[in-house]
Formats: sequence, structure tokens, C-alpha cells
Amino acid sequence: MSALRDILSQGAQMSLVLGLAPLLTGFVRKVKARLLRRRGPPLLQPYRDLIRLMRKDAVLADNASWLFRVIPYLMFSGTWVAVSLVPTFGNGLLFSWTADLIAIIALLGSARFFQALAGMDVGTAFGGIGSSREVMIASLAEPAMLITVFSVAMIAGSTQLANVAEFMGSDAVGLRVSLGMAFVALTIVALAENARIPVDNPATHLELTMVHEAMVLEYSGRHLALIDLSSQLKLMLYVSLIACVFLPWGMATADSSVARLAFGALLYLGKLTALGFLLAVFETSIAKMRVFRIPEFLGAALMLALLATLLRFVSGSL
Amino acid sequence: MIAVALWSVAALLALAPAGVVLSTRPRGSLIVYGGCLIATSTLCVTALSDLLHAPQLTPSATLPIGLPWLGAHFRLDALSAFFLVVVNLGGVAASLFALGYGRHEDSPGRVLPFYPAYLAAMNVVVLANDAFSFLVAWEFMSLTSWALVVSHHREAENIRAGYVYLLMASFGTLALLLAFGLLVSGAGYDFDAIRASHPSAAVTGTVVILALLGAGSKAGLVPLHAWLPLAHPAAPSHVSGLMSGVMTKVAVYGFVRIVFDLLPEPVWWWSMVVLLVGGPTATLGVLYALMQRDIKRVLAYSTIENIGIVFTGLGLALAFKAEGLDWVAALAFTAAMLHVFNHALFKSLLFFGAGAVLAATGERDMEKLGGLIHRMPKTAFAMLIGCVAISALPPFNGFVSEWLTFQAILLSPQLPSWGLKLVIPAVGGLLALAAALAAACFVKLYGISFLGRPRSDVAASAHETDRFSLTAMLVLAAFCLIAGILPGLFIDALAPVSKAMVGNIMPHQVGLQWLTIVPIAESRSSYNGLLVFVFAALCGTAAASAIHRFASDRLRRAPAWDCGHPDPNPAIQYSASSFSQPIRRVFGSVVFAAREIGEMPPPSSPRPARLRVELHDLIWEALYAPIAMVVGFATDRVNVLQFLTIRRYLTLVFVALIVLLLVVAL
Repeated sequence: MSALRDILSQGAQMSLVLGLAPLLTGFVRKVKARLLRRRGPPLLQPYRDLIRLMRKDAVLADNASWLFRVIPYLMFSGTWVAVSLVPTFGNGLLFSWTADLIAIIALLGSARFFQALAGMDVGTAFGGIGSSREVMIASLAEPAMLITVFSVAMIAGSTQLANVAEFMGSDAVGLRVSLGMAFVALTIVALAENARIPVDNPATHLELTMVHEAMVLEYSGRHLALIDLSSQLKLMLYVSLIACVFLPWGMATADSSVARLAFGALLYLGKLTALGFLLAVFETSIAKMRVFRIPEFLGAALMLALLATLLRFVSGSL
Repeated sequence: MIAVALWSVAALLALAPAGVVLSTRPRGSLIVYGGCLIATSTLCVTALSDLLHAPQLTPSATLPIGLPWLGAHFRLDALSAFFLVVVNLGGVAASLFALGYGRHEDSPGRVLPFYPAYLAAMNVVVLANDAFSFLVAWEFMSLTSWALVVSHHREAENIRAGYVYLLMASFGTLALLLAFGLLVSGAGYDFDAIRASHPSAAVTGTVVILALLGAGSKAGLVPLHAWLPLAHPAAPSHVSGLMSGVMTKVAVYGFVRIVFDLLPEPVWWWSMVVLLVGGPTATLGVLYALMQRDIKRVLAYSTIENIGIVFTGLGLALAFKAEGLDWVAALAFTAAMLHVFNHALFKSLLFFGAGAVLAATGERDMEKLGGLIHRMPKTAFAMLIGCVAISALPPFNGFVSEWLTFQAILLSPQLPSWGLKLVIPAVGGLLALAAALAAACFVKLYGISFLGRPRSDVAASAHETDRFSLTAMLVLAAFCLIAGILPGLFIDALAPVSKAMVGNIMPHQVGLQWLTIVPIAESRSSYNGLLVFVFAALCGTAAASAIHRFASDRLRRAPAWDCGHPDPNPAIQYSASSFSQPIRRVFGSVVFAAREIGEMPPPSSPRPARLRVELHDLIWEALYAPIAMVVGFATDRVNVLQFLTIRRYLTLVFVALIVLLLVVAL
């Protein structure tokens, strides 16, 4: 009975994130448009886009290899597995021990590795520019993320996300300088990883400024739909991650009642809305950076994360 | 057990002179490589069965060769058995690969005699149980590999590589000779006697530094790495695979044997030295790799990175052992040993792939390759797995060992020493940076050489490599996956090694639910490669079948889009140097003193504008070049002595005699 319940709960979370991911993107777009005094596309537009793209023929460049066709599925599955290991409304996921936070980051790393390869497969200039910039950004964002994880993991005494969330929800945490630094670092990394302003512009149409969009330029149809869905899932992952590490209140546990679960789910929706709103406000209030200012931006995250970890090494209570 | 191993080594040694005779025969290379294949598989199976079934037994043997009053001592304990497995797994794969690849060799007479001797030498180093046999085998290994490095001696850069290698190998052996000299003086040549002796703290400290210099120069620790990226690519590709994948591991063995086994309990500052060398080695190695455009040189520099990761693990193990936390030391040590094994697998695979590309196109320069995934699909598939594995991405094996190293780093706040508290987070940051840069490096290697459009005619007309080479590569790729999804099996197999070296083992892994690995406790961390792999495969397949079934499965081919400006010229693609340009700008200005110089022609001149990139190897310029200059200066001065008259020579001899007598008299 409890096994069935666990499987149901895991399955519910997996489908919840998959189902909500386009909505989150749509919400952020909507808020951004309203802040610019535009009406903006309807909230459900990302779903329509995905369905439309999936129904279309996939057009492949003449010299695209088999790898080019497989990569969207690899990216999608890697991202989906990663996001389904992040606790959302309830803790105590059935398979939460499958991969810890380091492994989740590495899974996203696998997805990015393949995405960068896809950019180079057809042999166009724009694909190369995207891949080359993406790996530059990743080479700074990934260590910053890992070191942030180190500091959080050392505070919580675990790299297991379920345990981290549980610890962060308890009274044992208190106010810590290192946690604050880790939070800022994680936010910067999340902006970079999700190709948001000021690192990359998800709505840009000027090829030379694109990073993420330049890599996927040759994709179309269902392949493009999967890649879009993966990026939406990735945004979902980072928002859920911030919510579960830094705002872990009200999360249901493995043995809580249905009402408690429903409350957790509602609260989770509230957290998503709040964080999505903040993201939109931040994006509208800042300009995109030149490519070679990004290293400084990410370098700040790296240094903050390192400082947080060092503080943790030096003093147990900071 | 040890008798079988020694007979196999003898067989390898016997194959060496046979290689001289057979090299002129048409089927000679088949016989030699086939013989090596049989001998190394025997050794591999023997060592593996020893490691798995009777690790507590340490059979030893003494042969009446070497120093007359000493004989040659050999012993097969858990550590030797593990490194025998690594050496001979690499040997099996290289021999199998060479069955096909060796046919491309222009002058087999320069490779066939040395190859079996080189394999034998590496085995003897691992088996030796006295200082004399160890050093002789070590030097023999250096010399045979040197002969293989200069086998293509008509290329000037290979001769230079061989020269630098010979110098650095001599330096390394000198350091080891001094280390053993210090150890032996109080005890005897036999390792058992050294273990039983009690050297003073000053002696052990010096020995650690000397061992780090000696083994580190062979393994490629920065700043003693200068020879490695020259020598490893110069050798024939199967030998490059052995040198990078296996010989650097024999060097790690040398370090572990001396520092963990022969010396008494460690002191915390040893680990400090090892960590301060290991972390920067990892990051610098991969940064150098990113700047290269020669495939084999990228791989050689990436070996330096991986050796840095291994030594970081060893440094952590030393730190925890010194502070009495031997259960964490077991974790760090197992992580290092697992990385030794993993790196042997994927680095051999990648060098073989580079060899297949070299044989098919005659090119090692990435700027002349491209689009090989269409022409060599199977090689491209194997290489893809190698690239993902070495970039430490799940679900492959490279990730597991790095993950374990990170877990050990996360436990280091428990260390009482303040120096280590400050150094270890920094080293952790360097490792994280190295992991991310490694992914960038291998995106570049794979994307430029295998994807895109061919950049030269040879790349456009390449052909898939032969069956032997493919089998070797695919077997290694399969091992990379197996070690990635079932790491528990490999961790458990390493338990006797860790028991013998750090006195504790990691928790037993096989038998945990779903073959999860749990380094300390489930509440701390766990990873299950198998489930990650199965989940990802299921999600991918489900998505593919659902979309194909319910949405669309139609596919059209069309010219590339490229924002409406497709250009048929392959030169429009990103090149290897342009791909790494952003990273060069971010890190290069400090690490390489990199500068980009744009030269604009004056107005009205039809000359094209040029962009020149200046990179400096600061370590070479700051460390090696001055030494070379001093030596050059001194030899120039001494050179005068070569052209004296007989009268002056006699005077010189007479003066020398007087001086010597005076020294003796005083």
C-alpha cells in the first residue's frame, strides 16, 4: 500500500513538473509583458506552441547526423530525470536517493554537453558561436553551482536533496551568512543556466547576441518542441531547487495526509508564482550584458560560493 | 599465482627479440601483438582472480637474478594485483587494437621489439618487491617507452619529444633512486625490510618529497609535466594509449607504494603538499588541453588533468589518515583508485579513436577534420562514449570517481588542521572548475573533429577503421558504461586495496537496494547510476514513442537554415581555436599571458587584416627555459676543453690528480 502510494506520489510529481513547466514560462512572459505595458501572449501560449511544433514535420539539414536527431530526446530525458528528483510540494520522494544534488547538476551537465554538440553538428557558423559561448558560460556556472552545493551540503550535513530540504525546514538552521551568500550565488547561476537576462535573452532575434537560441537554430518540429520543453523544465528545476532549499516551509512529508499534501501543493504553486514574478521583475529592470562581461558576473557567483564554503570550513556557526 | 604472472612476463620479454626477427615478415605484427594479447590477458585474469578471491594472501617469489647477494624479489599483494589489472586491461585493449592498427605501421621494426618489452617492464614495476628490481624495471620502462616515442624518428618534433622525455625520465629516476637510497640505508633493499624499519621524521619527509618528484614527473604533475604532451602524442597511437592510460598509473602505483605502504604513518603536511600540487595540476592540465588543436595533444594534456584528480584523492586520503579518520581516508583512497581504473579505460579508448582517425585521414590536426561521424560512424560512437565518460557526466564511469572525491572533500571540515581547512575548499573549487572545463574541452574535441562538415579532402574521404580496432574501442566503451552504472561492484573489488593501504574500507556496496552506492550513510549521500540510466532511457524512449505515435514522425531533409545565410564553404564553421576563444579570453590572459593582436593594413592597402594569437607556456618559460639556458651556458664554457693540445690535457689530468689526492688526504 505504501509502496503504491510512494510510486503514485513520485509519478504525480514527475507529471506535475512536466505539466507546469510551460505554464511557468508562460507566466514569466506574461508578467514581463505587463511590466512593459504590453498585453502579452496568453498564459497558455507555450502549450499551444509545443503542440503546434510537435505536429509539424521535422526538417533536418542535409548533413545532420544521427546524433542530431537523438540529442533532443537525450536532453529531454536527462532534464526530466533531474527535475523529478527535486522535491516540489512533498518531501520523501520514492527515488530521491537515486541521485544527490551533485548528480542532479551533473545530469544537467550531460544535457548541456549534448546540446553544445548539437550546435556543432550541422556545421554552421551560428551553431558554433552558440556552443562556444555556452561552454564558456558553463565552465564558470557549473563550478559556482557545485561550490554552492558544497556550502549548502556542509551546513545540512548531506548532499541528498530530501535531507537538505528537511534540515532547512527545521529550526536548526537559523540565520547564516554563508547561506545568504550561497543564495545569491545560486540565483546568479540560475539566471545564467536558464539563459535569462542579463546573461542571455530568451526572446532575442539578433543572431549575434544569442547563445542558447543560436545552438538550436537548426532544430524544427518535434525536435525543437522537446528542446523548448527541456529548457522550460530546467527553469522549473532551478525555481523548485531554490524553493526547496531556501523556502522549504510547508512541504509535505512521506506520511502526511491528503489534505496536508494538497496544502503543500498549493503552497508550492504560491512559491512558483512568487519566484516567477521576481524573475520577471528582475529581467525587466536590468539590461543584457556584453558576452565578455558575463565571466565577471559569474565570477562573482563563484567567489561568493567559495567564500560561503570557506566560512563554513572556518566556523561551524556562520 | 605469482608463478603464472612471472611466466607471462617472461613470455612478453621473449616476444621482444622475436619482434626483431618477425618485423620483416608480413604476418609478424599479428604474431607479436597476438602473443602480447595472450600474455596480458593471462596476467589480467590472474591478477583479477587474486584480487577478488584471495586478496589477503601475498604470494612472493625470489629469482636469482639482479644483485648477486640479493636476488630479485617479487610479490603479489592487493595493491599490486589491482594495478596489474589496470596495466594488463590496458595492455589487452592496446594489443587488440594494434592487431588492426599495427598494419599501418611504416617501420614495424622500430615498434615490434619494444612493445612487448614495454608491457613486461610495467608489469615488473608493479610486481617488484625490492628497491633494486623496482628501479631497474622503472628505468627499463622509461627506456622502452622512449624507444617507442622516437619510433617515427624522421619527424623533428618527435626527436625533440624523445630528448625532453629522456631528460625528465632520468630526473624522475634520480629522485626515486635518492628516495630509495634514504629508505634502504637503514634497512635493506627488500621492501619487507623497509616496511619493518623506523626511519626518522626528517628522512620520511624527504622521501615523500622525492617520491612526489620522481613518480610525479612520470605521472605528469604540474610543473613536471612538460615532457608528457610532447612524448605521448609522438608514439604510435596504441602506445600513446598505453603511456597515457597505463604508464601514468604505474607512476601513481610507485607513489602509493612508497608513501602509503613503505613509509610509516603519514603526517598532515604531506597531504598539504600533495593537494597543493594535485588541484592546480587538474585545472592547468585541462586549460592547456583546451588551447590545443592536435587531437592527441589534447588527450595528453587531459591526462595531466586526470592525474591531478587522482593525486587530489590521494592527498585527501593522506590527510584523513594522518588525522586518524581512516574511514574517510578509505573513501578518498577508493575514489582515487577508481579514477585510476576509469581513466585507464577512457583514455585508452580516446587514444585508440584518435589513432583510428589518424590512420583514416593521416591528420591529427582538428582544423583539418570534421564530419567524421558520417564517414566513421562506429568509431564516432565509441569516441562519443569516451568523451562523455571523461567529462565526468552521468551515467558513465568518470562521474562516479569524481563524485566520490567530492564526497570526501565534503567531509573535510572534520579535519583539525587549519592549513588543510583553507586548502581543501580551494582544491575542491579547482576540481569543480576542472570538471566543467573538461566538458568544454571534449565538446570541442568531438564537435570539431567528428561533427560539422569536413574541413579537408582527407576528412571527406575517410573510411571506417578495421574490425580489431573497433572491437577494442567498443569493449572499452562498454566497460565505461558498466563501471558507470554498476560502480558498487568495482568499489567492493577495491576494498582489499584500501584495507591494505589506509587500514579501513568503504561500506560494503553490493547488496544495497538497487545497487546504489552509499559512501558513508544513506542520510548523507547516495547515487545510483543504474537507476539514472534506466530512468533516462525510459523517459527518452517514452517521449520518442509518444511523439512519433500521437504527434508526427515525418522527417524532411533540406539545406541548412543558418538564419538564411547558409554558406557551402566549410571554412565558415567554427574552428578549434575559435571555439576555445571565449575561454581563452576568460582564463588565458592570466594562465597563458594570451594576447590577441589585430593587424589592420593601412588604408588603401589591399592586404588582408590579420588576427594573431599569442600564447605563452609560462611554466616552460619560467622554469625550464632558464635551466636549459644555464646548462647551455655551462656546456659552452666546458666545450673549450674538447679542443686542447695533448700537452694541456696532460697538465689537466695532472692537476685533477693533485686535487683529488688533496681531497682524499684532507
